[in-house]
Amino acid sequence: MDESRPIFLQIAEQVENDIIEGVLREDEQIPSTNELAAFHRINPATALKGVNRLVDDGIVAKRRGIGMFVAPGARARLIERRRADFAAEYLRPLIIEAEKLGIDIDELAGLLRAERIQS
Amino acid sequence: MTRTVVRASGLTKRYGSFTAVEAVDFTVEENRIYGLLGRNGAGKTTIMQLLTGQIFPTAGELEVFGRPPAEHADVLRRMCFIAESQRYPDAYKPLHLLRAAPWYFENWDEEFARRLVDDFRIPLNRYVRKLSRGQLSAVGVTIGLASRAPITFFDEPYLGLDAVARHVFYDRLLADYAEHPRTIVLSTHLIDEVANLLEHIILIDQGRLLLDRDAEEVRGSATTVAGTRATVESFTADRPVIGREHLGGQASVTIDGRLDLAERLRAKELGLELSPVSLQQLIVHLTGTDLHAGSAGEEAAA
Repeated sequence: MDESRPIFLQIAEQVENDIIEGVLREDEQIPSTNELAAFHRINPATALKGVNRLVDDGIVAKRRGIGMFVAPGARARLIERRRADFAAEYLRPLIIEAEKLGIDIDELAGLLRAERIQS
Repeated sequence: MTRTVVRASGLTKRYGSFTAVEAVDFTVEENRIYGLLGRNGAGKTTIMQLLTGQIFPTAGELEVFGRPPAEHADVLRRMCFIAESQRYPDAYKPLHLLRAAPWYFENWDEEFARRLVDDFRIPLNRYVRKLSRGQLSAVGVTIGLASRAPITFFDEPYLGLDAVARHVFYDRLLADYAEHPRTIVLSTHLIDEVANLLEHIILIDQGRLLLDRDAEEVRGSATTVAGTRATVESFTADRPVIGREHLGGQASVTIDGRLDLAERLRAKELGLELSPVSLQQLIVHLTGTDLHAGSAGEEAAA
């Protein structure tokens, strides 16, 4: 766990990542709060807070007496949201560092392309 | 919703001219795990002794399950207190202690106790005086967990316990708490180890309450900003400062309060390094000498 941010956000993000990467598919059951708590060695109330955030965002839905399931369309909505944050989260810091090092925008684009070919 | 099981207001304990606990106000809500944190001699043990009715307050109000705990059998039988360096009669064996425990704890789970004995490898048939400090701590932790008391106090429960045994304790505590929710108050100085287990934090320093907050609110609530002195000073100028260090032209200032994405980007543009502050580091800042030096405290108040 990362020290800088609330754990419940990180729990929510990890489940989101599993949905985006297809580890958890739509209509599939997500781990219970007790399973999340035991796995991450965190307080169950914190795990519940993370799951509740996913419920509030409509990413997972509760089926009474059974558990939490990935909501239909969750993956598409998550990707849309992550794309909206992509520039601020990843591009701005990259550009700031590039400017500091005197890398202009064309050179940066070239570096990105070269990196992509390598990987 | 949750029920308040402990209510302390103006709680004070004096020993002659020494004030161990001074006008402390807090509540404990049912079925949560609390961390009672602070430096050695801060007053943690005194507060636990007050809550468990072992000593009387000098002043203030204290209710546990709706009544003052001291001399109220119906309150006392609902609690389990595992003291720091808990002692047991020398002529006893762990076997005897575990046999006697259900007389005091009505929720005692014999099977769970047996499993913990195996987990901690407690020699049941050895005299208490022959047990190592770690084995004695393991006996205390076993009794504390298997008692399943509605409110359980662990005061620095793991003197002499090795890292493996401590993690057994954390894992069993979490698993059992999930199945049998109850109120747990844990006092420890191994803050980073237990930080994620806690739901709420009560921080005591020199007998006073310094912080009473949800653990999730505390996490990430402080940031250290490092870089060239002038830039750091201007970036942190209007924020509550809780720690400050200088080295030549460089400065490292810890501020209370979260930074949003725009502020983090601005810091990066200014060439500043931001780093998260762990709960343990935050407590070091809050209870350390740098705050008591005066100037930082005034800035935090401003």
